[in-house]
Amino acid sequence: MPLKPLNSLNPGDTAIIMEFEGNSRLHSRLVEMGVLAGVKVRLIKKTPFQGPLEVKIRSYHLSLRWYDASQILVS
Amino acid sequence: MSEQIPYIALMGNPNSGKTAIFNLLTGMNLKVSNYPGITVEMKRGIALISADKTIEIMDLPGTYSLTPQSLDETIVAQQTLRWMGGKNKPRAIISVVDAANLSRNLYLTSQLLDLEIPVIVALNMMDHIRRRKQDIDSKALQQLLGVTAVIPMSAREKWGIAKLRETIADVHQYTKAQSALQLQIPAEINIQLQPVAEYFTNQCGYSNDLALGQSLRVITQKSALDIYRDQNIVNGDKINKLHELRDQAANEIDKLGMDHHILEATLRYDLLDRVLAENKIIIREEVESVSQSEKADRILTHPWLGPILFITILYAIFQSIFTFASIPMYWIDASIGMVGDYFIRIMPSGILRELLVEGIISGVGAILIFLPQILILMFFLTLMEDSGYMARVSFMMDRIMNKIGLHGKSVMPLMSGYACAIPGIMATRTIDSWKERLVTILVLPLMSCSARLPIYTLMISAFIPKQQIMGIFSLQGITMVVMYFLGTGTAMLIAAIISRFLKEQGRSSFIMELPPYRIPLARSIIRQLYIRGKLFIINAGKIIMAISIVLWFLASFPKSGADGQPATIHQSYAGRIGHAIEPIIEPLGFDWKIGVGLITSFAAREVVVSTLALLYNVEGGGDDIIGITEALKNDINPLTGLSRYTPLVALSIMVFYVYAAQCMATFAIVRNETNSWKWPIYMIIYMTVLAYFGSLVVYQGGILLGYS
Repeated sequence: MPLKPLNSLNPGDTAIIMEFEGNSRLHSRLVEMGVLAGVKVRLIKKTPFQGPLEVKIRSYHLSLRWYDASQILVS
Repeated sequence: MSEQIPYIALMGNPNSGKTAIFNLLTGMNLKVSNYPGITVEMKRGIALISADKTIEIMDLPGTYSLTPQSLDETIVAQQTLRWMGGKNKPRAIISVVDAANLSRNLYLTSQLLDLEIPVIVALNMMDHIRRRKQDIDSKALQQLLGVTAVIPMSAREKWGIAKLRETIADVHQYTKAQSALQLQIPAEINIQLQPVAEYFTNQCGYSNDLALGQSLRVITQKSALDIYRDQNIVNGDKINKLHELRDQAANEIDKLGMDHHILEATLRYDLLDRVLAENKIIIREEVESVSQSEKADRILTHPWLGPILFITILYAIFQSIFTFASIPMYWIDASIGMVGDYFIRIMPSGILRELLVEGIISGVGAILIFLPQILILMFFLTLMEDSGYMARVSFMMDRIMNKIGLHGKSVMPLMSGYACAIPGIMATRTIDSWKERLVTILVLPLMSCSARLPIYTLMISAFIPKQQIMGIFSLQGITMVVMYFLGTGTAMLIAAIISRFLKEQGRSSFIMELPPYRIPLARSIIRQLYIRGKLFIINAGKIIMAISIVLWFLASFPKSGADGQPATIHQSYAGRIGHAIEPIIEPLGFDWKIGVGLITSFAAREVVVSTLALLYNVEGGGDDIIGITEALKNDINPLTGLSRYTPLVALSIMVFYVYAAQCMATFAIVRNETNSWKWPIYMIIYMTVLAYFGSLVVYQGGILLGYS
């Protein structure tokens, strides 16, 4: 399965996190919250004008910015 | 806190119900008065743990990890660092765990296990789990973690708390956590950790396990090492050496094909996820299942319905502050009048009676009357915060906030600014970008706080006609809403301007949990209202009474003028001061009495109302308490024979107070939070300029348009 950024998913899509790109400060926080390779994620909502996204991961809801989501590769 | 007092630390993820447990344990026994809102600094309370035993509880800010990113997390990291050094350790740590988010919450718990302090796990929100016909084997979890106890509970439904108390009562018997969780560090990485770990063992006296854990942490995140210097634990050449060792190790680890930034979290989660699964402790974490909250969010955070709904809610709140409060305000007003009359009846006339009735009762009474409005406002703000709605507002607003140099997480502090700027400014500690935090702090005092309410209410009820517009909107209510939106809108505009002048420090991000919606607990709302009401009354009692007494003297003396005739209030000290500044404020439509109010209210805005009340009562000097609203309406300018205060003057005064920098406590806290006098001074300057010219435009513009 080819890798694609998290923000390219459609609402309702489920995928597995594979790897991170770029900004590492962000990644340390995400991994501390359990967002790491091999974990399942579902995109719930996108907001207009490339605003933040809402995803469900493990058993909680998380919001993150469009750019940040573009750094997370899923398949 | 002195070294001897035994205490227990309460720690956990944000939204884990930590504060609810703190409240249950301590009841209303807060040691310090806390501002309502999230825990951004350490709260302390006394918990009654058995019939005759109490212990102090320290509530630390919610955090996902001991590695700091934002300021509130730094507070937690610094505290744990002191414990590692053996300083003033708690008897035990209560690690609050949201059972519905087990793995993520246990991440923090697993870090706490390294601290060599007994750990009690409060497995909160078990009501959710049991409602789903699931369970968590707390015995297995306890053995796995090696903690003192794992207590299934629900702070919400109030069960399990008795067991938690019992466990705390025996705290003196507990020994440090003996964790069975051993991080599986690959040998090639372990070799890289050793130089840093050895340095910790030698310089800080850490045990081998702790040194290894800390080396892993500082290699993962430089910020974890920075606090060693900030806390003066390691400094000078030694900290440089440590940095050198750390950077070397980080480099080597990257060369191995591992990213050092995610090292600690990857190792811990690998371990946690594996052992939880092996011991069948994990509850099913299905990302596919759709919760009730998610369904509600289809409307509440809908791309355009959501924002419309939010604005409507705000509008309804501000309007209702005005309409709902009128009846209790009338009662308080009547009671104060009765108290004043009572003292007039029982006391002989003279200076003492004048001071008590004209000074203290009219001054303090004029402020107490606004308690109902402040409580109504607090009620709605608490409701939004406790229900989980505020997090959604942050989510919806992040894009637009980011455009003007703020942050989605600025929303909560800004909204608490409607109650009071001080807790709002402290709540900005959760914003991890320095620039966005600073901009939020600088514009926060423009949010109309509850101290403006007395001024708005007084001016509106005296001068804005009781008219209905289109049958449903009251003109008075709308005027109130306009004042709130004027302040808020200006705050956004100023934020956009200031952020152009501040240098960006890298790209910020917005990583925030959206907790499930919950029906707010009545007891938690009542607690917030109680704390807020108490603060307000203590404030009125202290500042306003002091100012009222001083002002009464200034307004009542000298008793006789230069010509030997009894002096009028104009010849009093206060009158002279007021008349002296009158030329500056005349273009705004203000007279000398307002002038005196501007000076006294520099300490706190609401003082202007008690100042006016006091001046009219001293001037009246009669055997009756004069109602301030009536006094303002009936004040005739002898030169023109016209009313001194008109709707236009009232608007001008309100606009002035929307912008004016008049709150000493705010400047003090800004000084503290920004560590420099520069920012509070900028703040005073820009706000004063805004106030003067805003008011000038309203008054002079109004006159040009033919209003008077």
